[in-house]
Amino acid sequence: MARAVVSESSLEADQVDERIKAALIDATDLETKELNDRLRDLMLSGVKKVKIINVCGQRYIGTRLYTPERLKMEIEIFGTPGNDLAAFLYGHKITVHGNAQDGVGNTMDGGEIIVEGRAGDVLGFSMRGGEIYVRDNCGYRTALHMKEYEGKRPVLVVGSSSQDFLGEYMAGGIVILLDLYGQTHKANFIGTGMHGGVIYLRGHVEPSQVGGQVEISPIDDADRAVLDRYVSRFVERFPEIGKSKEEILNSQFVRLTPKSKRPYSKLYAY
Amino acid sequence: MPRIRRELNNKEICACSIFGAMNQDGERFTGAGVMLAVANMHVRGNGLGGGFAAYGIYPQYKDYYAFHLMFTGIGPQAKRSAKKELDAFLGLNFDIVYDEEIPHGDEATVSDPPLVWRYFVLPKKQGEDSLLSDEDFIVGKIMWVNTRIENAYVFSSGKNMGCFKGVGYPEEIGEYFMLDRLYRAYTWTVHGRFPTNTQAWWGGAHPFSLLDTTIVHNGEISSYGTNRWYLEMYGYACTLQTDTEVIAYAADLLMRRQKLPIEIVAKILAPPIWNAIDRMNAKEKKLLTTLRMVYAPLLMNGPFAVIIGQTGKMIGLTDRIRLRPITAATRGEMFYLSSEEASIRLISPQLDRVWTPNGGEPVVGELNSMRKVLQ
Repeated sequence: MARAVVSESSLEADQVDERIKAALIDATDLETKELNDRLRDLMLSGVKKVKIINVCGQRYIGTRLYTPERLKMEIEIFGTPGNDLAAFLYGHKITVHGNAQDGVGNTMDGGEIIVEGRAGDVLGFSMRGGEIYVRDNCGYRTALHMKEYEGKRPVLVVGSSSQDFLGEYMAGGIVILLDLYGQTHKANFIGTGMHGGVIYLRGHVEPSQVGGQVEISPIDDADRAVLDRYVSRFVERFPEIGKSKEEILNSQFVRLTPKSKRPYSKLYAY
Repeated sequence: MPRIRRELNNKEICACSIFGAMNQDGERFTGAGVMLAVANMHVRGNGLGGGFAAYGIYPQYKDYYAFHLMFTGIGPQAKRSAKKELDAFLGLNFDIVYDEEIPHGDEATVSDPPLVWRYFVLPKKQGEDSLLSDEDFIVGKIMWVNTRIENAYVFSSGKNMGCFKGVGYPEEIGEYFMLDRLYRAYTWTVHGRFPTNTQAWWGGAHPFSLLDTTIVHNGEISSYGTNRWYLEMYGYACTLQTDTEVIAYAADLLMRRQKLPIEIVAKILAPPIWNAIDRMNAKEKKLLTTLRMVYAPLLMNGPFAVIIGQTGKMIGLTDRIRLRPITAATRGEMFYLSSEEASIRLISPQLDRVWTPNGGEPVVGELNSMRKVLQ
């Protein structure tokens, strides 16, 4: 078993044999557990890049890849990964060539997820670190209870728009919605119960669309610097959208922040 | 190493699976594809219920109501005795043009199968009953059977369509009734069950149906008590011990008897919240307020995603804040609804459009023409 034979020293990236740097997994007929077992075995044997083809609904891909040595892997997914892709992701990079389902980046700790398509509901749920880039749109309850702590500040960038309950109970982190296809934000209940973090929306949002705990304000220079950094990365990852950073940034953005860090203090305090 | 032991635990992932596929040109296809698709969501169910609704499967008997009967009870004797009683009742009230046991595979492959029989019938209305429409007459008789004849349940009763269901994973039930070999339908809907509140039995599997309306459902109807009480006033008896039954009867009441379009029905079952109504223009506000007042007891509270099947139609609907998932997709003349996109991609890797409908907003697939189905 790989776990037993790999020694500490052999795990240094530069020493890994070329031959095992890029591995391929055919996920046809593989169950969730089998697929994740293979990923873990490959990582422990020193593989740095894995392509998984024919993915069709297997869940939790990329979870359970924690090692005390902080081994890192790049995973490319062809097909449609199942729910809770990259749950608890520990610093790895996952690229999906297609759409993703519900629960992408559930409680993700660090690393990066790139979705070349759309994501389903509860994208970035309880995410506490790392970055997620979704090219198209996403479903309900995006960034539900996303949080941050000291140096860890998760970032989620979505190319188009989200459905209702974006940033519900959000406690930290940065969410950016670029509304690239001019559909305007139709979501309601944005930031309901929000008590930390920041949401940037390109375009316009009505006060009736956001929760009572949310303040809508224009962006300032510090916000522009944040947007500049992450929109650059977004555009780098999705050249196919055919839009430049300047084109995207040169338009109106609004900032949503919580009015209070304890929105329910009056409700629950005795 | 406690960590490794934890990883080896098998997690029970609780949720049902729903799937639907419709050929909008009316071309009929076997159940093989939907069986594969729902099997891909195996982990969403737990083997305690699976079922299918298929439209267009009985062209040779398309003018007759196809009754699918389930005779339960312990041992063949109880089942035969229920059937004898049912046969007598059916003979009095219907002209039976043909009947047979529904073909199935080895009984050892499923758990405790009932005797499942189909009858092709026309109503024989007598006396006061002759004032009723065929449909009202049939609904009345079905309620009579389900409440008065011990161990007999009519679980499918539309024209040129049929439900197949039982205890097992849906792919096992599909195999048991040989849906991949014996039937071709223009619409298939399917359900994999993870029962949450009631025990598993063959009648409690989805779909639930009345006449040609069928429902497969993921979620819970926490307003079941209120909905059931309201529907009982209209003569619907809830006998199948599962919340989903009320959606089927509500759909029959609103769509068949009261002739309301699905767009309105959706606003009754999953109405916008009052805050949203407050922001509407005067006309919409009046409509939505009226609907909420008149049909308050038909509001389906709690999380749900359903696929409603009807002759020539397949409708997807979720609760107003979409607490259960549904993905819709199209490819050419095919229209799909599923709990998960991967299942659609399994049988149709290329799709023209994929989206997740907003909560409370129905997505409707309709036949382009009924001609092919009626031929």
